[in-house]
Amino acid sequence: MIELSNVIKKYGNKIAVNRITLFVRNGEILGLLGPNGAGKSTTMRIIAGYLPPTSGLVKVAGYDVVKQPVTAKKYIGYLPENPPLYKDMTVNDYITFAAELKGLKGKDKVNRVNKVMDEVGVTHVKNRLIGHISRGFRQRVGLAQALVGDPQVLILDEPTVGLDPQQIIEIRQLIKNLAGKRTVILSSHILPEVSSLCHRVAIINKGNLIAENTPHRLAESLMGHQEIVLQVKGPKDKVYSVIEGLSGIKNITVNGILEEDLCEYTVQSEIEKDIRESLFYAMAENGFPILEMKSSFMSLEDIFLELVTEEPAIASQKGEKQL
Amino acid sequence: MRKIISVSKKEIKGFFTSPLAYVVGAVILGLGGYFFSVTLFTTRIADLTGVFMNLAVILIFAAPALTMRLLAGEEQEGTMEFLLTSPITIPQLILGKYLAALFYFLVITVLTFVYPGILLALSTPDKGVIFTTYLGFFLLVAAYLAIGILCSSLTGNQVIASISSFGVLLLLWVFSWLSGNISGPLGSFAKTLAISEHYGDFLRGIIDTTHIVYFISIIIVSLILSMLGVSKRAWS
Repeated sequence: MIELSNVIKKYGNKIAVNRITLFVRNGEILGLLGPNGAGKSTTMRIIAGYLPPTSGLVKVAGYDVVKQPVTAKKYIGYLPENPPLYKDMTVNDYITFAAELKGLKGKDKVNRVNKVMDEVGVTHVKNRLIGHISRGFRQRVGLAQALVGDPQVLILDEPTVGLDPQQIIEIRQLIKNLAGKRTVILSSHILPEVSSLCHRVAIINKGNLIAENTPHRLAESLMGHQEIVLQVKGPKDKVYSVIEGLSGIKNITVNGILEEDLCEYTVQSEIEKDIRESLFYAMAENGFPILEMKSSFMSLEDIFLELVTEEPAIASQKGEKQL
Repeated sequence: MRKIISVSKKEIKGFFTSPLAYVVGAVILGLGGYFFSVTLFTTRIADLTGVFMNLAVILIFAAPALTMRLLAGEEQEGTMEFLLTSPITIPQLILGKYLAALFYFLVITVLTFVYPGILLALSTPDKGVIFTTYLGFFLLVAAYLAIGILCSSLTGNQVIASISSFGVLLLLWVFSWLSGNISGPLGSFAKTLAISEHYGDFLRGIIDTTHIVYFISIIIVSLILSMLGVSKRAWS
């Protein structure tokens, strides 16, 4: 549905997007991940036909975005990072205008506008000026604008940024409902959002596509070990040496002392070996109660930091501390 | 064509829901009415030349105030991204905006029909001259707006758009001073470019194709350059 091959975008001498090749299949939700200034927005703008690539080919629904822009744009609904809204228009007028630009007319237009307003939940504010509604509603109106042409491809640049948690959940649910019928590319800073919404993740750093796979596969390929986080009551050194004595242990880190004689440890072990049972018995034998134990799979955060940071060791430690 | 109308409709609605259009209209018509009545009372001649000469100068200020937001405003607000990622071409966009501005000034122009109406009620003015005056005025406004749109297409800042189109229009207007004081090729070149030279003949009741060609050229060249301006800014 979306096809990028060898796309390069230069601003003067600065390379914003460097040889990105990417396929998004019909009905797939792809998450674009990357630190600020990595080239996510630029990539999305190129796909949406707002910026031309310096070189390379971009096709949406089989149409070249550069050579057949008007046809290609009919298939695209695009929500930029800042929803492009006219503050002095009413919600209804704005979405109607967007529908007209997409080529809708007459009864079709009216029905479609009403349906979309219903879908994103802005019907009750439809006669208010966009300048007077809250940020969450504006985001929805922006989404409505992207949806009104019933596009096969949705490009959403940070769709949940600036929303409150309740609104974030609603917008995510909305995107989930839209999927299946449509192909979606979305970018986000919020990593759990990407892992919960997207079938596939593409990680971009400094304009380069550095990894691209399902969140699960990415974790698998990067994680060479199993990890367990546990809180144990007992003198730090003794607990440490008991853990150390178990077989299959690769690395132990003390994350912090929570109270006197209560510490949190991160234990890394060989991937095929489940050490949870032996940990339990070893602690029980020594009379050190385990207050908490959880296995920590490499989250998208870790993968992300692992990939985009130049010093991977430090990065993965940082990632764990956040857990 | 339908998309051009959609853009125009949105702009026209925008004009009439914002105070700007009313203020601009009030200033134009208020000053116009003042000039009209003062000339009428002092000279007692059924003649519109003075009013429309003055209106042309007022519009040098007024037209940029309206055109500045058309493209530069979209860019400033970030809505240009919305327009340019919609299935609409840049010529459709520019024409839609241009026609909207033209429509607004057409409304203003229709409101000035009061002046010839009063003249016709009180005396017997030359109807031919009234017709050519309005023809000239319409072409003048159309050219002003095209230049205003061009300046608006070259920047993402409304104030810069307004000041620069004001500068260009004023310069074109005062070229006649140069042509009056310098002889030779430079003088005649300035005369060719000066808006007031071309506009003046219409007010005298003369329809000269040179003048019509002059205004239409300004309109076409400005609109084409604005299309290039928008695509250059978007595609760089």
